[in-house]
Amino acid sequence: MRVRVLYFGVLRERLGGSQEWVGLVEGATVAEVLNVYRERLVDFPWDSIAVAVNQEYAKADVVLEEGDELALLPPVSGGLERYAG
Amino acid sequence: MRVEITDGVIPSGEIVAGMKAGPDGAVCVFDGIVRDNSRGRKTLYLDYEAYREMALEQMRELAAEAVTKFGVRDVALVHRLGRLMVGETSVLVVVSSAHRGAAFEACRWLIDTLKKTVPIWKKEQFVDGAVWADGEPFPDEIIAASPETRG
Repeated sequence: MRVRVLYFGVLRERLGGSQEWVGLVEGATVAEVLNVYRERLVDFPWDSIAVAVNQEYAKADVVLEEGDELALLPPVSGGLERYAG
Repeated sequence: MRVEITDGVIPSGEIVAGMKAGPDGAVCVFDGIVRDNSRGRKTLYLDYEAYREMALEQMRELAAEAVTKFGVRDVALVHRLGRLMVGETSVLVVVSSAHRGAAFEACRWLIDTLKKTVPIWKKEQFVDGAVWADGEPFPDEIIAASPETRG
């Protein structure tokens, strides 16, 4: 199945773009999407981001469905200067 | 309730004037404006961006919750996106209420909660660089990763 992943702020700059489709196995959770991106940006503070599924905040154990819109929402804290674009 | 995300100038005076009605004894306004410095650096401008549909829905929920929670009569919550220069209004919170206590409390709660939970980011542009910065970390209950899975 596929989900549409959106990203904002510093993640949009670091990942280069603002959205993409990601292929997952049936029954995949938010955690599995996070793992995909952890591998792409190993130095990013993934444990402090929020995720929204279909525009509602979602925890790592939420199960995804075909066509879901998943947004990666980086923290807006002042502690992120080293990730500046 | 007037809840909006706009790309243009926020008409603060007009919005505040439109929030006054007969039963009100107080209108409390928080006008968030762009400061000319941050952590010792001179700010040129700020670029705001949002997960627009979600941010608007979150703002609508906050406005409704404020009315229930504090018993105020009406709330206006307006946020601007895009490039803002020093002195311009980025966010306007207006609360109308019979009494000032509830108006102050609701106004404070609205801006503090908005800054923690509404998906809006700002990039600060300085003379010598730029950072995504100067907001609030997400509360634990919103962070996606559970303590057990954090790597």
